[in-house]
Amino acid sequence: MAFNFIEKLFGKPSQTTKAVAKDRLRFVLLHDRADIPAPMMQEMRRDILAVLSKYVEIDEAALEVYLEQADSEMALVANIPIRRVITHLSDAPTA
Amino acid sequence: MAETREEQAEQTQQTAKNGRVIVITSGKGGVGKTTTTANIGVALANLGEKVALIDADIGLRNLDLALGLENRIVYDIVDVVEGRAKLRAAMIKDKRNQNLALLPAAQTRDKSAVNPTQMKQLIAEILEEGYTYILIDCPAGIEQGFRNATAGATEAIIVTNPEMASVRDADRVIGLLEAQELRNPMLIVNRVRIAMVKQQEMLAVEDVQEVLGNGVKLIGVVPDDETIITSTNRGEPAAMSETSLAGQAYRNVARRLNGESVPFLDLDIKEGFFDRFKKFFVGKK
Repeated sequence: MAFNFIEKLFGKPSQTTKAVAKDRLRFVLLHDRADIPAPMMQEMRRDILAVLSKYVEIDEAALEVYLEQADSEMALVANIPIRRVITHLSDAPTA
Repeated sequence: MAETREEQAEQTQQTAKNGRVIVITSGKGGVGKTTTTANIGVALANLGEKVALIDADIGLRNLDLALGLENRIVYDIVDVVEGRAKLRAAMIKDKRNQNLALLPAAQTRDKSAVNPTQMKQLIAEILEEGYTYILIDCPAGIEQGFRNATAGATEAIIVTNPEMASVRDADRVIGLLEAQELRNPMLIVNRVRIAMVKQQEMLAVEDVQEVLGNGVKLIGVVPDDETIITSTNRGEPAAMSETSLAGQAYRNVARRLNGESVPFLDLDIKEGFFDRFKKFFVGKK
């Protein structure tokens, strides 16, 4: 308690609980609104991977797919690290 | 800006002819729906509007207590719907202001006792009586009771507190209202603790608005105020008291509903010694 008080007074400028609440709230609302259940997210990730794999070789472990709020719009953000481009379509595994 | 205000006033006047039917809802329980309904009702009645309050929280009757009308209940909403009582016999006129009437909830029945169709009929019947406002106190939750309470409404007020769970539930309710064609609900942020907001330890009204998005229109900011408790103890809504800050906030809501442009209360409190001390040493932003 006393430490808390001292920290509040002189400590590092820690994030206020308001800021924490706002961040957490933003995140949780994003998912509430999206209403995309986790298994569906997984499936979507798999499908995206399958389609893209026809054209490029993807670092699967590093693939990130997540929802993000851009202003009032919702965005599906995918970070797809490409190992190499498949130049001959015939090289691609038949999906 | 002036144009939108005129438009608003015009819109308000247009709907006022037929009476406005507003549901007061929140999703989460305990955020102050009933208190809000009682206070806005009283404030509107004192502005000369003819106001009917419907307690749609069947099984958990409470609006009567907030208004101090609990001893005058003879019939309730279910009696009217099931034909045991005439609407006029069930509506309790407030002796302090004849413009205000309450249709109490049934206490011994459950949420299925009234269905959406019956609710719509009931509202049509009340409007026939010449009421200019019908305020419906919605039960907590998003199940049958919510669907009944919102069925006949053409506008919605969402009550929320500046804390995560109630804002989250408010967001959910906004979505559900939209599905029922109740778009662009009005928002009341209730139980704002000014000192905590100043210390950045509570969500500010702007934060709540920002998180909920542009779809909602802020119509009230009500401070966390002890007079709400004492006035409820007495059965006299705070809006009746000239000295209650929360009461003032509710009176402002009523005026805004009526199309008036009323600035939001200045809830800024004087900076204490500690704040200045802190600012001096830490250099708060």
